Amino acid sequence: MTELLSVRGLRVDFVTDRGPAQVLDGVNLDVGPGEVVGLVGESGCGKTTLARAILGILPPGAARIRGGEVRYQGRDLLREDPDLVNDRVRGRAITFIPQDPFTSFSPVFPVQTQIMDLMKWKSPRAGNADAAPSPFRRYPRERYRADREAVLDTLRAVQIPEPARALRRLPHEFSGGQRQRLMIAMALLPRPDLIIADEPTTALDVTIQAQILRLLRALVKERGVSVLFTTHDLGTAHEICDRIVVMYAGQEMEAAPTDAFFTRPAHPYTRRLLASVPSPDGEIRDIPGEVPSLIGPPSGCRFHPRCDYATAECRAARPAPRALAGAHGVRCHHPLDAPIAIDP
Amino acid sequence: MRLLALALLRLAWFVPTLLGLLAVTFVISRVIPADPVALVAGETATPAQVEALRRQLGFDRPLPVQFVDYVARLARGDMGTSIFTRRPIVEDLAHRLPATIELTLAAMVVSVLVGIPLGVLSALWRNSLLDHALRVVTVSGLAIASFWLGIMLQLLFAMRLGWTPLNGRLQGFPPRPLTGFYLVDAAFTGDWPTLGGALWHLALPAATLAFPALATLVRFTRAGVLDVMQSNFVLYERAMGLPGFVIVWKYVLRSALTSTVTQIGLLFGILLAGAVVTEAVFDWPGIGTYAVNSILRSDYNAVMGFTVWAGAIFIVVNLLVDVAHTLVDPRERAT
Amino acid sequence: MTAGWFVLTRLARDRSALLGLVLIAALLGAALLAPVLSTHPDDVFELHPSERLQAPSRAHWLGTDRMGADVYSRLLFGARITILIGVIGVGASLLVGVPVGLVAGYYHGWLSDLLMRVSDVFLAVPQVVLAIAIAQTLGPSLPNVILALSATYWPWFARVVYAETRALQKEVFVESTVALGASPWRLTALHVLPNIASPIIVRASIGMGFTILTAAALGFLGLGPPPPTPEWGRTIAESREFLPDAWWYATAPGLAIFLTVMGFNLLGDGLRDVLDPRLRRSHRSRDD
Repeated sequence: MTELLSVRGLRVDFVTDRGPAQVLDGVNLDVGPGEVVGLVGESGCGKTTLARAILGILPPGAARIRGGEVRYQGRDLLREDPDLVNDRVRGRAITFIPQDPFTSFSPVFPVQTQIMDLMKWKSPRAGNADAAPSPFRRYPRERYRADREAVLDTLRAVQIPEPARALRRLPHEFSGGQRQRLMIAMALLPRPDLIIADEPTTALDVTIQAQILRLLRALVKERGVSVLFTTHDLGTAHEICDRIVVMYAGQEMEAAPTDAFFTRPAHPYTRRLLASVPSPDGEIRDIPGEVPSLIGPPSGCRFHPRCDYATAECRAARPAPRALAGAHGVRCHHPLDAPIAIDP
Repeated sequence: MRLLALALLRLAWFVPTLLGLLAVTFVISRVIPADPVALVAGETATPAQVEALRRQLGFDRPLPVQFVDYVARLARGDMGTSIFTRRPIVEDLAHRLPATIELTLAAMVVSVLVGIPLGVLSALWRNSLLDHALRVVTVSGLAIASFWLGIMLQLLFAMRLGWTPLNGRLQGFPPRPLTGFYLVDAAFTGDWPTLGGALWHLALPAATLAFPALATLVRFTRAGVLDVMQSNFVLYERAMGLPGFVIVWKYVLRSALTSTVTQIGLLFGILLAGAVVTEAVFDWPGIGTYAVNSILRSDYNAVMGFTVWAGAIFIVVNLLVDVAHTLVDPRERAT
Repeated sequence: MTAGWFVLTRLARDRSALLGLVLIAALLGAALLAPVLSTHPDDVFELHPSERLQAPSRAHWLGTDRMGADVYSRLLFGARITILIGVIGVGASLLVGVPVGLVAGYYHGWLSDLLMRVSDVFLAVPQVVLAIAIAQTLGPSLPNVILALSATYWPWFARVVYAETRALQKEVFVESTVALGASPWRLTALHVLPNIASPIIVRASIGMGFTILTAAALGFLGLGPPPPTPEWGRTIAESREFLPDAWWYATAPGLAIFLTVMGFNLLGDGLRDVLDPRLRRSHRSRDD
């Protein structure tokens, strides 16, 4: 299948006082058209870094891309002209939903200003200008009106009451849930092919998380937009993802359709992860050991120090991607076979 | 409406603060050993003449009575008469006010129009040559004595190079007095030679006055911009591919400016203080020289008048800064 | 004390703060060793009219002034004046301002408001102007200059201390100490003072620079110590009528003022970076 987004062998280091932290170690990732992919893992596993690397917004001083490619519709974003990528890809073909809606708006401008600025530069009606963006570019009145209509429609779609009045308000006048809906609207307005959502519900109240997630899923399915969705919460992933990729310590371990992920996980880490979700009787089964430091990480498969099935092979080399039945991929020298019984 | 309440509250403090200031200056000018009346009377006056003058000026009454009388007259707009110029002080101040305001505004415009963009660039191009050069300027800006800077500029540009006039506000006849601001008046009446002359005369004093203000603005803008660049909304705008110039000059600058606006108020204070000394160096016919001359000539009423005026301006400026800060940061309005 | 050592080592890593320290040390050195370092130590008092207004030469490193006195030597002795004014001026401001701020911060009633209003009054007018007024009324002399300067600078200390004390009161540890029944004196001495020491030190260093500039302005206007005291500001005023020819006459004292004030400013900034982590964020950017 022609993948929309295809990441191959991405390696990213972060500069620290004590030496480079190898945050991403040759990660592979695919997102197909119209599918919602969940990127799951514990804090520090690199999922946010991966999301930001794809978007191209890693902190320039601290992060260094050591190798790999990020192919969008076949073209490697890391090697294309950065200005072109900024103009054509970011905010147009690939958009972003941030984790913290509270601080992702400028507090001094009304919502309208920020959305319409986005529309000025990124509206699907804008077409591809030949010249680079310039401060003198004008915003044609008809396009403005058409864009504004689209904005109001989308605001209605994300269930913001009284959209016209809402636009005139300042960000702090909205609740967290409403702000995230605004962000969803803004992510949809440029008519992207792919939305990268970085833990979009983590900062919200538990009571509205499910609401927002279902809204997002409904809207993207309606429009055929793909989503790459990072989260540390398995429940969330189960709720709305078509496929789930699990990461550990900068390496992706397994990628499977949601069903298969929860019923037939092949990677020992995935099994441990699923098992560690508190069971109805309140029992918590931890994974023994600690997440390794990324400054001097374990060799080969980074999970091997905590894995029950580790052998010398696991220490020596990182497993290559192995395809299992049904679009199920795993990177393990000893993938497990038996299905497990879990409560979804 | 909250704005109005805030303004009124601040205004309420205006009067007591001003009165306090008056009291302090009044005490200083009357209580301290030197006998002001004798000074006025002159060296050749006999004791009897001094006493007569004392009664005439009302200096023989108890101090609190004098103070109340002064404040009462002040409320009527009467600051007394200058011993030196023999004119009402209010008149003297009004006559000289435009010159000082023109100078101060020119300096402020220069420092804002030059300082803020330089601060932004300094933050964007961190550790570049420009940034380091500006760092030197910023540090020196607050370490150079204004009067010395003025003298050095005079030495270089007026004396050695002959590019600018040495001092004064204008050579020759002033333009038709519409507002008292030479630049405005000359422009309005189409008197281009005078406009040019006034600008040249304004150049060095304004530069001298602007320098410390500029240094402060560059520094604060730089710090503010660097701070705001770390914000989440900047990250979001970058992720959504908004053009850099939109992010920086519209969104980042606006947020960084909320703190700079308060600085502009303080700036006005620095400028006004600097104006006093700068006017002295350049023989600028403004309130600063008036104040200094009055002080040096022991013209106490004039000193009091100047202090009242300066104090009132300051309090008003601080009030305006508070109001502006509330306007600029909409979050304040809600809390 | 380990706290002091910590500060010094952190400070040592900051190059501009080090530069500041060097400049201040140079100032102190010049002042203390003036008799030794100067080439013509008697020129502070003696006049040599025949040698007036000579350009810098091997005999007179910075030339001579209108009285034929050696500019360099007078500059060195002028450093003494500068230090005296700075230290005593700022010291006196501190001694008045800190207690006022403490009392205003600790109590919450009319007294507190009154004290802060009084300091607002002093802050309402630019320091220069008020200092000029006071100095003029008292007459030009060294003690009067110092008095004028400290009378106008103390509100800055009061303000800082007031703000810090109020902030501290909200801190949990203060509340618990009060709940345990500690007396105000004990509380102040053991808990409040150590915490406000840092902002006071920073303010004092910056205040030195500020005070020295104002003192120079007063000297320039003729309100400082009278001749033949080699005060830097007055020297600049004297030099004006001999410009542009005797350029050294005006340049040297001005540079001296500049280097001195810059030293204190750099040190103050460095101290602020080290001592106050809250402010460090926007100032760390200065060194990045």
